Amino acid sequence: MRAMDEISVSQSQAQKREKRKLALNIAAYLFPIIIIVVVFVFAPLAIILFFSFLKSGPYGQIVYTFTFENIGAILGGGYGKVFLQSIYLALQTNLLCILFGYPIAYYITRFGGKWKTLWIFLIIVPSWSSYLIRLYALKTLVGTKGTINTLLMNLGIISEPIQILYTNFAVTMALVFAWLPFMILPIYAALDGLDRSVLEAATDLGATPFRRFFRVTLPLTRGGLLAGSILVFIPTVGEWLVPSIFGGSKIMMAGSLVAHKFTAVGNIPQGSSLAIMLAATLVLILYLTIKWGGREALEKAL
Amino acid sequence: MSGSDTQRGNKKPDICLEIRDVVKQFPGVTAVDHVTLEIQEGEIFSFLGPSGCGKSTLLRVVAGLENQDQGDVLIAGQNVNELPPYKRDCNTVFQNHALFPHMTVAENIGFGLVERRLSKIEIKKKVAEKIELVTLGGMEDRRPDQLSGGQRQRVALARALILEPAVLLLDEPLAALDRKLRKEMQIELKRIQREVGTTFLNVTHDQKEALSVSDRIGIMNEGAFLQIGTPDEIYEKPGSIFVASFMGATNIFSGKVVSQKDGKVELETDQGLRVFAPEPENNTSDPVVGFSVHPELIHLKPETSDESPSDPANQTIFHGKINEVFYQGDFSEFTVALKETDMLITVHLTRGRGYRLQMPEGQNVEVSWDCSSNNVLRG
Repeated sequence: MRAMDEISVSQSQAQKREKRKLALNIAAYLFPIIIIVVVFVFAPLAIILFFSFLKSGPYGQIVYTFTFENIGAILGGGYGKVFLQSIYLALQTNLLCILFGYPIAYYITRFGGKWKTLWIFLIIVPSWSSYLIRLYALKTLVGTKGTINTLLMNLGIISEPIQILYTNFAVTMALVFAWLPFMILPIYAALDGLDRSVLEAATDLGATPFRRFFRVTLPLTRGGLLAGSILVFIPTVGEWLVPSIFGGSKIMMAGSLVAHKFTAVGNIPQGSSLAIMLAATLVLILYLTIKWGGREALEKAL
Repeated sequence: MSGSDTQRGNKKPDICLEIRDVVKQFPGVTAVDHVTLEIQEGEIFSFLGPSGCGKSTLLRVVAGLENQDQGDVLIAGQNVNELPPYKRDCNTVFQNHALFPHMTVAENIGFGLVERRLSKIEIKKKVAEKIELVTLGGMEDRRPDQLSGGQRQRVALARALILEPAVLLLDEPLAALDRKLRKEMQIELKRIQREVGTTFLNVTHDQKEALSVSDRIGIMNEGAFLQIGTPDEIYEKPGSIFVASFMGATNIFSGKVVSQKDGKVELETDQGLRVFAPEPENNTSDPVVGFSVHPELIHLKPETSDESPSDPANQTIFHGKINEVFYQGDFSEFTVALKETDMLITVHLTRGRGYRLQMPEGQNVEVSWDCSSNNVLRG
């Protein structure tokens, strides 16, 4: 027995050496790519992090003095409300995306038949066009003199235009409009990957279609829901284009605050701090989501 | 459950499942072609046939997972044509087990009871009983992906049996298991069935499995039953060329009847060989198209110069040359080319029956078998 164990130990050591050698080899080949990633991804992040501990001079220039002032100002100042509102709007968008996206994905998997791929294609295609152009197209629909108001007034249903733009509703609607495809896709993938015989087994064991959905289909597509939520929620919190087009000056989101600090105010260190805080918040949320939602389910979905 | 119990009591207590003139068509194929069948309470009945013969479709029609185009299905005397699967008094063990991956073993087994709105205490008690029945003690909290193939099989079985269905439907339940495990599960399946007494309807394409687990077998091809009978009837007295070849009788000869007397028929094969066979018991209107003889019933010995007088009415004897020998372990398979024609006869010699005979390829031999081994085929 002992001799056998020794053989297996020395074998596993040899295997480990082999593995290390292979890892080194691969790293050598990947070296140029690693350099590019470090320079263009991590370096800007490091610079932002660096800026966030500096001071801003009277003319908007960066003063190279180390300080916690920016972070103190953010934690103590009125920015918390904007952050909370961002998270609230993103949460709301996420829920609405699930509410609209799940039935759509379900319908396509269930009744799409040979057109399934076409339907999914049609859902993806708009997101290939410019984000900005799509948002402006939506704006022409809902503006005071937009298509919807004009139509309703011409039909005599309303006498004066409904104020849709520059409301919370408009921002949420635009966010859902922009991000819905990213919710539909992972849910569709999860639903499409469901083993039909498992659903049949549930029916066979006495579950009505309604009960089956909540006991089997929904739990088994949780990974897709989670993946979709991450894809939608995170970019939504940092959104600044949608609130600036659809919210005007009334609705500020965390992203617009960062943009505001950088462009309008010209306080780069404070903008950097805000950006770092935003990123930190999102990483925390992502971590909690994965921890509670189940890593396995998510890995399966992605 | 009580409703169907009383119905079972009132109406034909011995028939558990009745299929009446069922037709199921898919675009381009008739999967089930006017099938009528009665299955008795407490038996293991197997649908046996090659893949694509319609056996799984027929099972799914019974389960309600497919709707038949025509005909009636009666479970325990109740017409279930209009009932969805979740209201039928039958449960299914699926081919790939179809366990719920997000539930533990205990939750999987208790799934149906939750749908029946049983109390938690009752569910726990019944689940424990079924876990004991399928010998899965200690596995309650495992998830399906932590189980072996055989264990998953047992969970699937317990999950379907816990609702005490009138009929348990098994859709190729052992197909996914390896050979040794399959053998073990066949024995388990039979034990469990004897213990619970539920009618089992088993679908399989494995002849050995059907022969060893079933009380009765229905051989299916192209959507219809060709022969229904006990395992020994099906194996020893196949009624048609298809059944004979499907059940492994490799010596099948087409031919016609030339004379008939004393309870015996004389057949002439297409190649001109003449053999006698016992007259088949049930004289159907179908014409005789040939005969079959199992390779393990044939004797083989080296040809000798002194010809013993033979009685062709009792003993079939031919002469030939060994063509090939295949060693199989528990038996050896010889193919013998007959002298009179170019026909080949397959002979199986087991280790206990002349297996060590030194008969190399090319040796002249005499093959003989009892005339009662000749089985008449109709078509």
